[in-house]
Amino acid sequence: MLIPHPLLGPRDAAEFTVMGDASLIDRPDPQSDDAARAFHDHVYLRDNPAGVHRELWFHEHGDRSWLVVTRNTLTHEILEVRLARDVALEHGR
Amino acid sequence: MSFSAFRILAEALTGHGGWKPMWREPEPQARYDIVIIGGGGHGLATAYYLAKEHGLTNIAVVEKGWLGSGNIGRNTTIIRSNYMLPGNEPFYELSMRLWEGLEQDFNYNAMVSQRGVLNLCHSDAQRDAYVRRGNAMIMAGADAELLDTDGVRAMYPFLDFANARFPVKGGLLQRRGGTARHDAVAWGYARGADMRGVDILQNCEVTGFLIEDGQCNGVETTRGTIRAGKVASCAAGSSSRVLEKAGLRLPIESHVLQAFVSEGLKPVIDGVITFGAGHFYISQSDKGGLVFGGDIDGYNSYAQRGNLPVIEDVCEGGMALMPAIGRARLLRAWGGVMDMSMDGSPIIDRTPVNNLFINAGWCYGGFKATPASGWCYAHLLATGKPHPVAAQMRLDRFERGLAIDEKGAGPQPNLH
Repeated sequence: MLIPHPLLGPRDAAEFTVMGDASLIDRPDPQSDDAARAFHDHVYLRDNPAGVHRELWFHEHGDRSWLVVTRNTLTHEILEVRLARDVALEHGR
Repeated sequence: MSFSAFRILAEALTGHGGWKPMWREPEPQARYDIVIIGGGGHGLATAYYLAKEHGLTNIAVVEKGWLGSGNIGRNTTIIRSNYMLPGNEPFYELSMRLWEGLEQDFNYNAMVSQRGVLNLCHSDAQRDAYVRRGNAMIMAGADAELLDTDGVRAMYPFLDFANARFPVKGGLLQRRGGTARHDAVAWGYARGADMRGVDILQNCEVTGFLIEDGQCNGVETTRGTIRAGKVASCAAGSSSRVLEKAGLRLPIESHVLQAFVSEGLKPVIDGVITFGAGHFYISQSDKGGLVFGGDIDGYNSYAQRGNLPVIEDVCEGGMALMPAIGRARLLRAWGGVMDMSMDGSPIIDRTPVNNLFINAGWCYGGFKATPASGWCYAHLLATGKPHPVAAQMRLDRFERGLAIDEKGAGPQPNLH
């Protein structure tokens, strides 16, 4: 599997560590009234879709950037790759 | 129809005309007491024990594909009970005991072979950890034996004992562990359940649940609506997909695990060996192929096939452990979808929806658990109470802070 890195071009998937669902970017508000419930759902529950899935890949043996890879879990086809930084900024992080 | 040596002799003398199909192909009824979703090892074992131990026979097992088409036919067939934590080890030891009596119990040859499972250690710290685990196993009633280097050498002289990076320092041996014929386990349970009146409905995919006032009253399937007193999901890697239709989000990710078999060789490995410095385990099938595997690929997948980096990683582990394996040719590689839970341990429990039950999160240890999983799930379904050895395998254990994390890896499913 080749990951089309936005800065470096196509890179071997073996250079990366997969860190899971990209929803981990959206950390809940620790000050909210239902923070305990929200953090449980954030840390432990997953949509785990069969199909399009957004996930965090860490370029550990490369430039150590974090990527959000949109990938089809039924075919392993990669649909989109963005820097996690850009996604996080868009989400107001 | 029961199997015996006499029967085989009689059939041999009469042209083998008397063998009949092992199970019926019934049409779905409108209602069952219990509908089990998933005709794999765990689902069929659950149906079998419900019928045999609890006398409940108005049961259907609905299966999307053909019987045993999932992980029960895709694993590396190893059975063992060498876990450590109190929430796990008594459960796996119950499973080991059920394996020991399984073939007599369901009158079917599952080729259970207690050929020994040896976990190698490669450092002093790892040996200390194995001593601890061995003691935990013995306290739960299992068997465990610590071997030194000479003890391992007497069993497997071809290992790379003097490996500069990972010398073999000894191993933890469970002699009662071994292998079983994976397909035959599914077939034996299916036949035993069918004989007692359980309907096995193949090519019957669940497309939705009948949920009324927070209570599950049946399932919608591709072969029509089936009403049920209780619905029991047993869908392994597809658990999230199935229970999503009931509005549940699970502490599970589905990952691909690959397995491999070499060309057939003369007998060389008479037990199961696991490499302690990487992730590599190997045994030899009765046909002669070396059956081995390693880590999951690490990314979410429902594809039942993996990628090359893990194949390379697994083969490197094999070469570090037993360099002779480099002369064998790889014949086949395949993948299965693993329901990786957040702590690496399974879930056998009720769900927030009344009369809907869950059995999932087996990670890549589901095969060895098949008998106890069926036994404990049947107990929960029949009596309404969790079986004592599975009582900690709760769905809500994460919010209660009661995770059963053998590896201590935290909520990162691809590390378990």
